[in-house]
Amino acid sequence: MLKRFLPAVTALMLAMMLVLAGCAKNSSEQATRLTGSGATFPQPLYTQWFAKYYNLTGVRIDYGGGGSGAGIAAIAQGIVNFAGSDALLTPTQLAAVEAAYGKIVTIPMTADAIPVVYNVQGVSSGLKLSGEVLANIYLGTITKWNDPTITALNPDLNLPDASITTIHRSDSSGTTNIFTNYLAKISPAWVSTIGGAGFGTTINWPTVANGSGIGAAGNAGVASALRQNPNSIGYVGLAYAIENNLPCIDLQNATGNFITPSVASTTVAANGFELPDDMRIMITNSAEATAYPIVGFTWLLVYENQTNQAKGQAIVDFLWWAIHDGQADAPGLHFAQLSSAAVAKAETLVKSIKYHGQSIYGS
Amino acid sequence: MALNRRNRKASRLGDAVFSRLSLVASLAIIFILVNILVILIMQAWPTLSEFGASFLWTSDWNTMTDEYGALPAIYGTVVSSLLAILIAVPVSFGAAVFLTEIAPLWLRSTASFIIEMLAAIPSIIIGMWGVFVLVPIVRDPIQKWLGNAFGWMPIFQGNQLGFGFLAAGIMLALMIIPIITSMSRDVLRAVPQSQREAMLALGATRWETISKAVLPFGRSGLVSAVILGLGRALGETMVVAMVIGNVYSIRFSLFSPGSTIPSKIAGEFGETLPGTLQMSSLLGLALILFAITLIVNIIARLLVWRMSAVKMGRL
Amino acid sequence: MLGALTLIIRKGFNFMMVSLCVLGAVLAMTLVCMMLGYILVHGITFFNLDFITNEAAFPIGTPGGGMRNEIIGTAIIVSLGTLIAVPVGLFAGIFLSEFASPTVASSVRFAADILSGVPSIVVGIFAYAIIVRPMHSFSAISAAVALAIIMLPVVARTTEESMRLVPGSLREAALALGITRWRSVLSVVIPGAMTGIVTGVILGMARIAGETAPLLFTAFGSNFSFESLSEPIAALPLQIYRYAMSPYQDWLQQAWAGAFLLAMMVLVVSLAVRFISRKRGS
Repeated sequence: MLKRFLPAVTALMLAMMLVLAGCAKNSSEQATRLTGSGATFPQPLYTQWFAKYYNLTGVRIDYGGGGSGAGIAAIAQGIVNFAGSDALLTPTQLAAVEAAYGKIVTIPMTADAIPVVYNVQGVSSGLKLSGEVLANIYLGTITKWNDPTITALNPDLNLPDASITTIHRSDSSGTTNIFTNYLAKISPAWVSTIGGAGFGTTINWPTVANGSGIGAAGNAGVASALRQNPNSIGYVGLAYAIENNLPCIDLQNATGNFITPSVASTTVAANGFELPDDMRIMITNSAEATAYPIVGFTWLLVYENQTNQAKGQAIVDFLWWAIHDGQADAPGLHFAQLSSAAVAKAETLVKSIKYHGQSIYGS
Repeated sequence: MALNRRNRKASRLGDAVFSRLSLVASLAIIFILVNILVILIMQAWPTLSEFGASFLWTSDWNTMTDEYGALPAIYGTVVSSLLAILIAVPVSFGAAVFLTEIAPLWLRSTASFIIEMLAAIPSIIIGMWGVFVLVPIVRDPIQKWLGNAFGWMPIFQGNQLGFGFLAAGIMLALMIIPIITSMSRDVLRAVPQSQREAMLALGATRWETISKAVLPFGRSGLVSAVILGLGRALGETMVVAMVIGNVYSIRFSLFSPGSTIPSKIAGEFGETLPGTLQMSSLLGLALILFAITLIVNIIARLLVWRMSAVKMGRL
Repeated sequence: MLGALTLIIRKGFNFMMVSLCVLGAVLAMTLVCMMLGYILVHGITFFNLDFITNEAAFPIGTPGGGMRNEIIGTAIIVSLGTLIAVPVGLFAGIFLSEFASPTVASSVRFAADILSGVPSIVVGIFAYAIIVRPMHSFSAISAAVALAIIMLPVVARTTEESMRLVPGSLREAALALGITRWRSVLSVVIPGAMTGIVTGVILGMARIAGETAPLLFTAFGSNFSFESLSEPIAALPLQIYRYAMSPYQDWLQQAWAGAFLLAMMVLVVSLAVRFISRKRGS
C-alpha cells in the first residue's frame, strides 16, 4: 500500500507545483528586477508605486518590510539594492554600514505626520495641547485630564476628573523615533529623564513605572488599545488616525498656532528648515507658521557607486520617477508630498548616483 | 540456491541501507538543532561577555545607556505559559476523555478538522480576534468579576486594562487546547480495550474505569501532550505580542501588562541594527528561551521516568 | 445497606466526573469554535472569485483585487517544504521506533522536541544566515527550508508515535515469514501506522501554511508572479500580515478573506489526502 501511496502523493505535489509554475507568467526575456527591504510604514505607498512603475516600464521591484534595521542589514550584506528607513543612522552607524560597500545616499521619498490621538470621555473633538504639556503627560507629571495646564488651553471643553492612560508603541518603530524626537526638542526635562539624546526607536517610557502607561504592538495595536481604554492618549501614523476616525489633538507649533495634522500641514513642515544637501534631517518642531510639529521624512538608502549598470540605471530611473510623478499618489494614501525645496535637494542626490565614476542620470 | 543467497545478500544490504538512511535522517534533526544553537551563541556572544550571568537577573532594557537584562521577559514567558497550561490542561483532558470514551464517532473526526484549520490560520489573524473580541471580554466581565471577588489577592489587583498576562494566558490556552486535546485523544484511543473491559467487568463505574485503568495507562503520552502544548505556548510570538500589553517590567498582578521573550524579539528585531549590543541581547533572549525549553523537556522526561518506575514497583 | 450507600456515592461521583469531562469538551469546543467561526465568517464576507484569480488592484481601494500570486507562492513553498520535511521526518520516525537503541533514541527525541519549541522567528533568522546570506538573495528555497525545519519534528514524532502503536506481534509475524526488517517496516508497520502518519503530515502542513515570521527574512514577499525558486516569492501569510497591519479598510478586508482561504486550502488538502489514503488502504 505504501509503495503506491507515497509516490502518488509525491507525484500529486510535483504536478501541483508544475501546474502552478506553469500558471505563472513565463517571461523568456530577463526583465530587470530590483529588491529593497526596510521600513514597514511607507510600504503601502511603495507597493502602489512599484505596481504602477511595473506597468509603465516593465521593471519589477519587490519590497519586503522587515523593519529599518533589517533593511540596513540586508543592504550592508549586499542582499538588496536599496533599503527603506524612517530613522536616521547616527554618523558612526552610517560609517559602519558604508565600510561594507561604500558611500550611501539617503533620499527622502515622502513625509509622515504623527497625530496625537485621544479617547477622552465627553470630548469628541477640538482638544488642544502644547508640546510642553504633551511632554509632561508622557513624563507622568500631568496625570489627570482636568489638570490646570490642560484646562487652561481648553477653556470651552468639559474635561473629566480622570487619570490619563498613555499608550506607546511597544515595538521598535520609526513612528516612536519621530514622536520622541519632537518631545526631546520641546522639553529639557524629557531629555534628562530619558537619558542620552532623549529619542529613539525604542525608549524606556516614564509612565510605565507608575503603571499608567501601556504598550501596544504596531500602529493598529495603538489604535485599538486607544479605543478600548477610556481617557487614554496615544500616537499613530497619519493614515491610521484618518482611516480609523480617531480624534486628533490640535498641537501648538513653534510659532504658537494650534495645527490639526493633515497632509498639507505635513508637506509645509520642511519649509521651516534650511535643508542640508544630504537631506539627513529630522523636521520636527518646524518654524513654519502652518506646519504641524510632529513630522518626519522617510528615506530610501542607495549605494552611491552602483556595480551593475542595468540595475543602477533602473534604480536611478525609478527614484527620479518617485520624487516627481510618484508624489501624486501620496495624498490619496495620507502620505505627504515632498515640498518643492525637498524635491530639488532629492534631485541632486539622485544625480549623484554613479556607475564607474559617471553619474547615471541622463547618461 | 545461488539465487537464494543473492537474495539474502541483497536483503541484508537493504537492511543496512535502510537503517543507515533512517540514522542519517535522525542525525539531521540533531545537526539542525546544534547549528541553530551555534549561530545563536555566536550572535549573542557580545552580550554574554558584556553582562555575563547578570543578563539573567537584571531588568533594564535601555537603548540609551546600552544596558540589557532578560528577567522581565523570562518572567513574562513563564507566567503566561504557566497560566495557559493551568487553563488548558483540565479542559483538554476533559475534552479528550469525552472524545474517546463518550462522544459519537462523527464528532471525533470533526474535532480533528477544526484543529487542523486552526493550525493554518496565521497567528496575526488569531491575534486580531484576541484584540477585537477577547480583550474587551477579559476587561469587562472577567477582570471586573475577579477584581470584585478575589481583589484581596495580589494577583487580581491593579488597573483593569484588558491587555495583560490574563489575556495572553487565555489566548495561549485557546491555541494549545486543540493540540493537547488531539494528542491526548490519540493516546487514550491507543489504550487497549481489554483494560476498560476488565475494570467494567469488576463492576467499576465509567469514571473509575477512566481514572484507574485508562488514564494511568496513557500517563507518559499525556505528559508529552502537555509538554508539546507548553512548547508551543513558550514560543508563540504574534498572538502574545498583540494582547500582552508589552511593558518591560515585572508585576505580580495578572491584570498588568508584561512582555515575553518571543514578543520582545519580534517587536525589536526588525528595527535593530546588526552588530549592536541590542541585537546581540535579543539573540541572547532567544538563547534563554532555548534553555527554558530544554529544562521543561528534562523535567518532563524525569516525570515520565519516575511514573513508569512507580508503576513498575507496584506491579 | 452500606454497600448500597457506597454504590450511590460512586454513581454520583461518576456522574459528576463524566459531566465535568463533557463540560470541558463543550467549553473547549465552544471557545475554539467561537474563535474559528468569527474568523471564517469575517473572511467569507469579503471573499469572492476575484480574490483567487486576480492580482492586487491599484490604487489601493480599487475593487476586484486578489491574491493570485500569493496563493501560488504559498502552494509552492509549502509543497517544497513538505517534500523536504516528509522523507527526513519519516525516516527519523522509523529510526526512533524500529532501529534506535534507547539512549540514541532518547537523544534524538529530545532534539526533536526542543526543535519544535524553537520560536519560528528564530528558524527564520537561521535560514537567513545559512541560505539567504550566502546566496545574496531572498528566495523561495530559503523559505521552503525554514518551513521544513518547522515541520520536521512534527512529522518525526507523529511517525514514531503511531508506529509504536503497531503491535509487536505483527512485526514478529512478518519476520517469522522470512521477510527482512526493512521490508517488514515498509509493508507491515508503516501501513498499520498510516492514519497517524498522514494526520501528522497534514498537521505539519497546516502549521507551516500559516507561518509568517520565518517568511519575513526568507520568502520576502513579491508583488509579481512566480518566476524562479531563487528569487523573492509572494506568500499568503506575509500578504495577510501586511494587509492586517495596514490602515486601509480594503486591505483589512482582504486580510480576513486571506485567512479564510488559508483555512479552506488546508481543509481541502486534508480531506483529499484522507480520502486517497483511505481508498488505497482498503
